[in-house]
Amino acid sequence: MSLVVSNLSVSHGAISALRGIDFSVEVGQLAAVIGANGAGKTTLLRTLSGLKDAISGNATWKDREILGKRPDELVRRGISHVSEGKSVIPELSVKENLILGGIWRGKKSDTAEAINEVVELFPRLGERMSQSANTLSGGERQMLAIGRALVSRPKLLLLDEPSLGLAPIVIEQIFQTIDQLRHRLGLTVLLVEQNAMSALEIADIGVIINLGEVVATGPANELINDPALRAAYLGY
Amino acid sequence: MQKALETLLIGLSTGSIYALMSLALVLVWRSTRVINFAQAGQAMFSTYIGFEIATRSQIFWLGLLFAIVAGALLGAGVDYFFMRVLFKHANSGPALVVAPVIATLGLLGLIRSIVGLTWGGEFKSLTAPASKNGFTFGEVTIPFSPLDSLTIITVAVILIILALLFQRTNLGLALRASAYSPEIAQLAGIRTARTRTIGWAIAGGVGGVAGMLVTSYNFLTPYSLDLLLVFGFIAAVIGGLESMVGAVIGALVLGIGLTIILNYVGTSLVFIGGFSVLLLVLLIKPDGIMARGKVRRG
Repeated sequence: MSLVVSNLSVSHGAISALRGIDFSVEVGQLAAVIGANGAGKTTLLRTLSGLKDAISGNATWKDREILGKRPDELVRRGISHVSEGKSVIPELSVKENLILGGIWRGKKSDTAEAINEVVELFPRLGERMSQSANTLSGGERQMLAIGRALVSRPKLLLLDEPSLGLAPIVIEQIFQTIDQLRHRLGLTVLLVEQNAMSALEIADIGVIINLGEVVATGPANELINDPALRAAYLGY
Repeated sequence: MQKALETLLIGLSTGSIYALMSLALVLVWRSTRVINFAQAGQAMFSTYIGFEIATRSQIFWLGLLFAIVAGALLGAGVDYFFMRVLFKHANSGPALVVAPVIATLGLLGLIRSIVGLTWGGEFKSLTAPASKNGFTFGEVTIPFSPLDSLTIITVAVILIILALLFQRTNLGLALRASAYSPEIAQLAGIRTARTRTIGWAIAGGVGGVAGMLVTSYNFLTPYSLDLLLVFGFIAAVIGGLESMVGAVIGALVLGIGLTIILNYVGTSLVFIGGFSVLLLVLLIKPDGIMARGKVRRG
């Protein structure tokens, strides 16, 4: 009962992006996927959420294959992906962005309830419901993107660089929020980050990727304290 | 003063029909990034269906209803059977940009031939739902007719329905989201391919209304809606191609502008006027009259 990725390979045309990726995440765990720019982290998430096709390998969520499915099908199976760079639609209002995550369930009362829960988590969004999403600050946009995913009531949340382009103090808040909400909602989270230290601090396990291959995987606290890894990949 | 008012009213009535065609083009462009030249053919086919029903039943509005349904089905069919397949095969490079547009041209020719084979090329005349003779006030008859006012009202009703659909319903939200960002819409659980097909259906239905309205003024032939496509396209470009409100405003501006030329300058200059407006807008405000500082690019 978990996310299992085995021998996953993905390419961008002739260029190989991921080669034989293996790792697994237990239900309720937070896994941080760490690696430098261009290591293949974003490609990994895009493949798992159905935006990109794999060339070989398997990925299962709760023992059912997820490769080769469309993102909207996977949302129905409880997998929501917050893509890189504040995945909100700036032309829509805050409220419309949130409603979007609930349309597939077809029950307006359900969506309204889910939105209320999100507003409880992010009161700032509640104050800005009718504003256009492009009036939000970077941190608020990230909250909105996560909030939209939560309205879909996911079991597995794929988060791509939520700290990207945010001020250090906001980054800290975002990581705290992720940590709180995954405990509160019992979410399984796959968190892709360049911000290695902050991500590993709230993670149960870490997966370190370099040039399209997994170079280390294990409990997050062990990875943090491994001097060789720190020097080579974590950069501090 | 009176002539100015008449020009304005007739311009509004002409422009409101352009607005429907312009909207149909914008709806497809926003969701699919294709300039749908086949829209003229789709509207024409729908109008022939509407014409048959209206002529047999002697009820214009029943014909209009059938034209909407036929247009919607045809629009959905074009997306489902042509565009989806096309995008599956042409997914990169120049083929992706050119192939769909060429395909819509091919489709226009195909529909025209099928209509020609079925109905022949002769001029068909539809009984208009209201008089084309101008309103009379005492001794004075103005060019603005009951049919013109009915056209404006019909278009206004359609626009209100569309505005409510797009702004107030989940389907409308899904349509807008899929147009702005198909990827995020899909990640939010929207079935974007299906949503796009619905967008094509709405565009097709709206085109059918435009065809029926034009045909209540003029004869129907396999070529009679080509001008509507041209002016609808110019209006869409004036409005910036992206914006539904822009499409309507662009069409009204164009309709009034062309009527001014018609009434004050002369018939022969209407075309020159239409294309001059198009060129001026493209040279001065290439993103259309609705563009504010920053515009989302394709």
